[in-house]
Amino acid sequence: MTGIRKMEDMTSSDYEAIGLRSGLEIHQQLDTEKKLFCRCPVLPYSQSFDAEILRHMRPTLSELGEYDGTALMEFKTKKEIIYKINKDTVCTYEMDDTPPFELNLQALDIALEITMLLNCKLISELHIQRKQYLDGSIPAGFQRTTILGVDGWIPYGDRRIGIIQLGLEEDACREVSDTGHDRVYLTDRLGIPLIETVTAPEMVTPYEVAEVAVILSNLARASGKVRRGIGAARQDVNVSVRGGQRVEIKGVSRIPTIPLLVHNEAFRQVMLLSIKSELKKRGITDSSFESSSFNITETLADTQYEPAADALSNGLELHAVVLRGYRGILSTVTQSGQTFASEISDRIRVIACLDRLPNITHSDSGGESFSDSEWERIKKSTGAFENDSVVVVWGTGQDIQTAVSEISIRAREAIDGVCNETRQSFPDGTNGFERILPGPNRMYPDTDLPPLAISVDHMDRISSALPERPWERKERYIAAGVPEESARQMSISMLRDLFDRAVKETPYASGVLMHFFLSTLSHLKKRGIAPDLSDDVLILSLAEAGRKSLTIDAVAHILENTRGSEFKDISLVADEIHMPEMKTLGKAVEQILSGIESSEIEQDILKRIIFGRIRQRFNGLINGKEVSELVHSMVLQERNT
Amino acid sequence: MYKGYRGKSLACLKNFKVGVWSDVEVESTRGSFTGTILPRSETADEFHIVLKLHNGYNVGLAVDTIESITELGRTEAHYKIPEKEFPFDPDKKNVKLFGTGGTIASRLDYRTGAVIPAFSPGELYGSVPELADICNLKTEKLFGVFSENMGPEQWKGTAEAIGKEIATGTDGIVIGHGTDTMHHTAAILSFMVQDSPVPIVMVGSQRSSDRPSSDAAINLINATYTAAKSDIAEVMVCMFGPTSDQYCLLHRGTRVRKMHSSYRSTFRTIGDIPLAMVEKDRFVLLKDDYRKRRNDRKVRINTSFDDRVTIVYYYPNMKPDIIESLIDNDYKGIIIAGTGLGHVNKPLYPVIKKAFDKGVHIYMTVQTLWGYVQMFVYDTGRDMMDLGVIPAANMLPEVAYVKLCWALGQSHDREEVRNIMMTPIAGEITEREPHNGYLIFQGGIPEVEDFIKRYKR
Repeated sequence: MTGIRKMEDMTSSDYEAIGLRSGLEIHQQLDTEKKLFCRCPVLPYSQSFDAEILRHMRPTLSELGEYDGTALMEFKTKKEIIYKINKDTVCTYEMDDTPPFELNLQALDIALEITMLLNCKLISELHIQRKQYLDGSIPAGFQRTTILGVDGWIPYGDRRIGIIQLGLEEDACREVSDTGHDRVYLTDRLGIPLIETVTAPEMVTPYEVAEVAVILSNLARASGKVRRGIGAARQDVNVSVRGGQRVEIKGVSRIPTIPLLVHNEAFRQVMLLSIKSELKKRGITDSSFESSSFNITETLADTQYEPAADALSNGLELHAVVLRGYRGILSTVTQSGQTFASEISDRIRVIACLDRLPNITHSDSGGESFSDSEWERIKKSTGAFENDSVVVVWGTGQDIQTAVSEISIRAREAIDGVCNETRQSFPDGTNGFERILPGPNRMYPDTDLPPLAISVDHMDRISSALPERPWERKERYIAAGVPEESARQMSISMLRDLFDRAVKETPYASGVLMHFFLSTLSHLKKRGIAPDLSDDVLILSLAEAGRKSLTIDAVAHILENTRGSEFKDISLVADEIHMPEMKTLGKAVEQILSGIESSEIEQDILKRIIFGRIRQRFNGLINGKEVSELVHSMVLQERNT
Repeated sequence: MYKGYRGKSLACLKNFKVGVWSDVEVESTRGSFTGTILPRSETADEFHIVLKLHNGYNVGLAVDTIESITELGRTEAHYKIPEKEFPFDPDKKNVKLFGTGGTIASRLDYRTGAVIPAFSPGELYGSVPELADICNLKTEKLFGVFSENMGPEQWKGTAEAIGKEIATGTDGIVIGHGTDTMHHTAAILSFMVQDSPVPIVMVGSQRSSDRPSSDAAINLINATYTAAKSDIAEVMVCMFGPTSDQYCLLHRGTRVRKMHSSYRSTFRTIGDIPLAMVEKDRFVLLKDDYRKRRNDRKVRINTSFDDRVTIVYYYPNMKPDIIESLIDNDYKGIIIAGTGLGHVNKPLYPVIKKAFDKGVHIYMTVQTLWGYVQMFVYDTGRDMMDLGVIPAANMLPEVAYVKLCWALGQSHDREEVRNIMMTPIAGEITEREPHNGYLIFQGGIPEVEDFIKRYKR
C-alpha cells in the first residue's frame, strides 16, 4: 500500500503523479442594504434573539421526479431544528411563513457586474430555483438561487482558469450547536445576498488553489460592493485525484489554510483507493460483500472497556457488525491521526446522531478497546472468522438501527474507493464527513417567482460602468513604469481610484505617487496627521505642491499645517513652503562631513548617512535626486583631497 | 412536444427540430449551453427557451441569441411520488380520505409553473409513511379543484360522499382541501351533515408538500390520527397550531377562519377556544361540549342550497345602489357584515326596507369577527331591526352566508328561515363567549415579548 506523504516533501510533479485536480466555490456576501428576497435590513451579527421556532425537514421530489441522496441522508438524522429569531433582522419571509418579495435589484446589479468582470457569458432570463438543504440551515428547506452567467475565465500566470458559473443566492443561517438530535441556528445571516463563483477543477497543486482564491477575492473587491469581515467570504474547495471522486470541503474561511486541506484530502483519496485495490485483491465486490449485525448487549454485560461500560450503565445497547473479509481495512491510515474506522465513526456521528466519541470500536484497533478475551467472545457469538473485521457500536432505539446500517453502507462503499461527500475542514488541516454530496436532483424551480428577463439595456448599463479588473489595472501601472510588486499592491488597494485621480490631476510621476500612496500616506496617518483627510483635500494638496515644484514630501507639511482641513487655504500654505537652495544644502553637507570621522566609513554608507541627515534637517523638503547628486560629488571631492 | 412555447420561441424549436425534453447543445451569441429543454409556463413571454443544465440549474436563453440547437437525445421527466401499497392491518381503524384538490400532496405543473395535487393511498404512503402506523387508509378523489373553485356543487357532492362512507362503516373521514376556502366548506358541511357518528376532519397545508418545510405531513398525520382515534364526532378543521412544528389544533367547523394569507398557523377559532390539540399520538382536549363518537350509522344528510345569497361588507359612505342592484338581480338573502355591534348608515335604510318588502332575508353579522351583534345599544340598531334586519348573534359572516343559503334551500317562509338561522346546529351561535375566546396578543408589549421569549415556539 502507498503511504501518506508530507506536503513539504511534495513537488508539482508529485501532485501530477497522483492526478490532483482542485476547484473552488467562493461564496461572497454582497454589500446591500437589504436582504435578497425580503426587505429585512442587513445588520451586524448578534447573539441576541427574541423568540425560537422549531421545524422538522422532510425530503421532497426533484423536478425530474427523483429524491436527492443528501436529502434522504438528512432525513435519517431526524433532527429537531431550532431557529433563534431576532426581530430586527428577521421577518416572516425568512421563517418561510410569507412568500418571497421581488429579487433585490441592488444585489442583482452588483452580481451582474461581478459576472461580467469574470468574463462570463450572461444568462438572458433568470430562473429562480430552490436548492434543497435538509440540514435545516434554511428554514424553508431550500435556498433560493439563480445563475447569472457561465463559462468565464480569470488569468492565472500564463494560463486561464475557467469559471463554470456565477450564481446569486441567499445566505444561510449560522449554526450555534448540533448535539444529538438538536441543531440550533441563529438567523441574522439568513437571506443576505451572496454570490457563488464556481471555478473549473483546473488547479493542480495545493498552492495554486490558494493563489486562485486570492485572485477571485481581489476581483470581488474590485467592484467595491462586497461585504468584508469575518464570514463575509467563505470557500468550498473541491478535490479529486485520479481514480477518486469530487469531494467538497466546506466553509473554509481563511485562504492560507487551503493548501494543507487540499493536500490532506488528496492523500485521503489516495489511501481510500489503496483500500479499494486491497479489497479487489481479496475478491470482495459489491455483490459478494457480506455483513451481519448482532445485539451483543448480554454477551458484554460485564465489559471493562470504559466507553462500552459507560454506555451499558446509561441503558444503551451494544451491537456488533461483522464485515466479512475486512480484516485490517479499518486500521488503514487515511489522514494524519485517522484511519478508515474514523470514516465509519464520522458517518455514525452525523447520520445516527451518536455524537459522543468514541462511538465505535473495532477488532483491528490496536489501541484501547475490548480485551482479547472479550473480542474472542464477540467473535464467537457473532460467528466472525479470522479474516473478518468486527465493529461494535453503542446507542439506543432508532439511532442504533441507523448506526448498524450505516456501518455496513460505509464499509461497502470502500469497494468503490472514494465517496462523493461534503466534508468539513478542521483547524489541523484534516477533514471530516459532513454529508453526502448533493446532486442536481436537489434543484427545483421556484414556483413563487416568475422568470426574470435581463434586458440588453440593463446589461449595457452595467457593462458601461464596469470597474477595471485588478489584473488589467496592474498591467496599466506596469506600463506606466511602476515596479511590478507595487503595481500588484495598488491594483487591489482601497486607494486605487484615488491613486488614479492623483496621476491625472497632479504633475507627479506614477512611480513617485505610487510610493506616496503605498507608503508615505500610511505613515502620515499613523502619525495622526489629518485623521479625517478627505480625498479632495489630499488631491488638492498634491496638486498645489506639484504646481510649486515642491518635492512630494512637502504634502506632509501642507497637511500638517492645514490639519487636512478644507477651511485653511491649501494654496497659501503651499506658498509658504520653500525648498532650500543649493548653496544652503552645500553648506549643510560640508558641516555634516566635518563632524564625522569619515575616512573610516565605506563610501556608499557614508553617502547614505549624509543624505539621511540632510533629509532630517530640512524636514524632507528636499529634491531627492538633486541632493543625492550633491552628496555624491561632495563625498568624492572629500575623498580625493 | 412544445408545452408552453408559442410565437418566436416555438418557431425556434421547430426550426431546429427539437422540442420539450430534448437533450440539446445550444450555440448562442452568449456562449454554448448543454442541457434539457423544459416546458415553459404559458404565462411567460415568447422570447426565451428554458434549459435545465446538467447541474440542475434552469436558465432562459433569449431566442434572438440562439445560433443553433442540436439534439443529442431525450430525457423525459417522470414526476412520480414513489408509490407503495398501503398496508392493511385488521387491528387498525379504517379511515377514508376524500380529495378535493389543494396541496396535501402535489406536484409541479409545467403549464402554469404552479403546483398541482397528486393523490392516491400509495403516493401518500410513499411520501408520508407514518400514516400506516395510524390506520388503514382508503382514498377517493372527489374533485381536483383549487380551493377558490369550491362551490355548492362540490359541497353537496362532498356531503353525499360522506353520508355514503359513514353508511359503509368507516371509523373516520379526512377531507383534503385547499386552505383558502376551507372554513367555508367546513361551515356548510357542519350544516349538511348532521349527527355524524364519526369525526369528519378537514385538512390542508399552507406550504405545499413540494418543499421540505411543508406543513402537509404533520397536518395530514394529525388529521388522520384524529379521524381514527378522536372521540369528537363533528366537522372539524385540523391545521397547524403554533408557529413551530409541534401540534395541530382541532377547530369546530363553524367557528374557524383563515386569518393570515401565508402563515402556517393561519387557522384560528373565533369567539371561542379550539376543541383540542393533537400531537403525534395524543389529544389534549380543550373543551368538553362536543358531540361524542357513536357506533350507530345514523347520519342525516341535508344538501339543500339556494345560492341567491350574498355578503355585503359595509363601509362608510356605501351607496343604496349596491343593495338596489341585489334586489334587481333577484337575490333572496343578504348577510350584512356591519361595523361595530352591527351598523350601517342611515341613507341605506330606505333600500333595506325595500329589500325586506320584496321578500329578501337580511341578517346582520359583525365585521370585527369577534363579538356579538347587539342592535339594542344604539338607535341605529333599533332602527335596523324595525326595517326587518335580524341580528345573527355571533355567527361569523361566512358561516351566516352558507347557513342562509342552506336555510333558503329548505324554505322561503320568513319565520321558518329565521327559525333555522337562529337555532344553533353546530356551534355557529354560542350562548356565551369565554373570556379567553378573544386573544390577539399585541406584539412589542413587554409582557407579550416576555411570553414569546419564555415559551419560545
